[in-house]
Amino acid sequence: MTTTTSTTALPLDEDRLPCADRSPVDRVRLGLSDTLVLIGRSMRHLTRNGEQLVVAMVLPLVQLLVFRYLFGGAIDTGSTEYASYVIAGLVVVSVCFNASSTAVSMANDLQEGIVERFRSMPTLEIAVLTGHVVASVARNFLSITIIMAAGAAVGFRPQAGPGQWLGALALLLLFVTAVSWLAVIFALVTGTPEGASGLGLIIVFVPYLSSGFVPAETMPSALRGIAEHQPFSPLIDAVRGLLLDMPIGDSAWLATAWWTGALVLLVPLAAALFRRRRLTV
Amino acid sequence: MPNPRDPVEVHDLHKSYDGQPVLRGVDFTVERGRMYALLGPNGAGKTTTVRILATLLAPDGGAAYVGGFDVVRQARAVRNTIGLTGQYAALDLLLTGRENLVMMGRLHRLGRAGSRRRAEELIERLDLSDAAHRPARTYSGGMRRRLDLAAGLIAGPRVLFLDEPTTGLDPRSRATMWELTKGLLGDGTTILLTTQYLDEADQLADRVGVLDAGAVVAEGTPEQLKERVGTERLELCFADVDELRDALRVLGGLTDSYDEERLRLTAPVLGPRQLHGALDALYAHGVDIERVGLSRPTLDDVFLSLTGGAPASPAPDHRFPAPTSAADTHSAEGPVTAR
Repeated sequence: MTTTTSTTALPLDEDRLPCADRSPVDRVRLGLSDTLVLIGRSMRHLTRNGEQLVVAMVLPLVQLLVFRYLFGGAIDTGSTEYASYVIAGLVVVSVCFNASSTAVSMANDLQEGIVERFRSMPTLEIAVLTGHVVASVARNFLSITIIMAAGAAVGFRPQAGPGQWLGALALLLLFVTAVSWLAVIFALVTGTPEGASGLGLIIVFVPYLSSGFVPAETMPSALRGIAEHQPFSPLIDAVRGLLLDMPIGDSAWLATAWWTGALVLLVPLAAALFRRRRLTV
Repeated sequence: MPNPRDPVEVHDLHKSYDGQPVLRGVDFTVERGRMYALLGPNGAGKTTTVRILATLLAPDGGAAYVGGFDVVRQARAVRNTIGLTGQYAALDLLLTGRENLVMMGRLHRLGRAGSRRRAEELIERLDLSDAAHRPARTYSGGMRRRLDLAAGLIAGPRVLFLDEPTTGLDPRSRATMWELTKGLLGDGTTILLTTQYLDEADQLADRVGVLDAGAVVAEGTPEQLKERVGTERLELCFADVDELRDALRVLGGLTDSYDEERLRLTAPVLGPRQLHGALDALYAHGVDIERVGLSRPTLDDVFLSLTGGAPASPAPDHRFPAPTSAADTHSAEGPVTAR
């Protein structure tokens, strides 16, 4: 096979100089470029992986219908319609289910071998993780949109002004990002898709044990204690309050504190775990 | 100090996994624009060596330099120099061939336009034009290897690592890979090949290092290797021990191994004339041969003639006849995820 083009005679331009010779500004720019490429990759996976998309879309719908129609009539949420009361809790539960999908995706990637290939390239290492996190956030917001739209069809009546919508979505963004990083860490720690799917089983019960689905006052005192002090509750209360134009007290601050704290811990931990895999595996 | 002219230099490399030594002092050098083959059975340490050179693994001892850069202390520079392809360097199966290559190009910092251009070049050169728009998971084994090779070549690396490029391929795909590999040297690329097939090392490499149990036990050109091992192997079976002993006497130093229990001997022969001579001599001395067999030498025979015995590598039994096609065995060190 004769060729007129050589496979090695590439002009040696600045971008391909060894990193030691490049300025820090260039390094940041190239790192960002790598991150964008790997986000694009994970987003393509999102749209091409039918099974995961179904989980992201159908599961929340089923949950909504079960709670709204099956249980909703029996639960007394005071002056608020149950359909509106339960939306925030449903959103949080869906995010937890999706966390499982994210963890499994990440674990699959680690097993495949392509991540090793990336590591033998000049690519910014953490960009692999960032790609997964961003796709996870996208998947979650898809679920959230579906819940809100379907919720509206069965009785959810948001009363929020633009500022309150912004606040609720910002809180959700913070929450979803933190949970996505948690999912990535889970995958790094368990190493296999089977192990990683365990995350969903653990984490999905926590939101039920909050004021997301039933008012905390109705729970036995032991459980009420947990419900009132776990990190999901202030988030659910704040999001619900903002969307329904109800007083939220300091739940928004509490939620922000919890989940920002989580993010600050989880991101460096994920990076460290990922780096450590290289040296030991 | 590393010689700036040699693209790959390995000195006394040591590595252990879980307390088990895998590399016990690997030493070799690859000259610019040449292909060096690391030949050895599964478990010998070939993949581990490549992983260290590709900065995927840190050695426990010794030093290695790629493109003049230290693989441990100047890893980033090494990664800008190399391309990787083979058993464990993988592809994104959900993306199309073209998308895979463009992504790899961009991650090598070639830019969007540059990556697209290189991707098209390689798609054509590696005969993937018909399949480039399909997801990689739909590709046959041979096509995946070619795509894998393209991904390794995307940034025009100065040094290319080919880790067992034809293991598990059918004969036709193997031949194609050989052709492509030979073509790469014409571009000035330096190549380190690892393989368990003697004929592959023979066909492709300028120099061969025989790797066993984590060390290079022999080194030379393929010609030198064949002189020791022979281009053909003559196997003679006898009816009883006396005939065997007579034959051994007649053939003298030509024999490289014999078995008094199984009543057979093997001798490497460098072509028909030597074969002819050997059989004639036996006939002339009235030695009665029960059965004559002729076979291509295998990796086993390499070890037999080098060390008089089997390889020391801690691998599952490999005493099979030369693999014909898909009788592949995955490396015992395994792809990256092996436990």
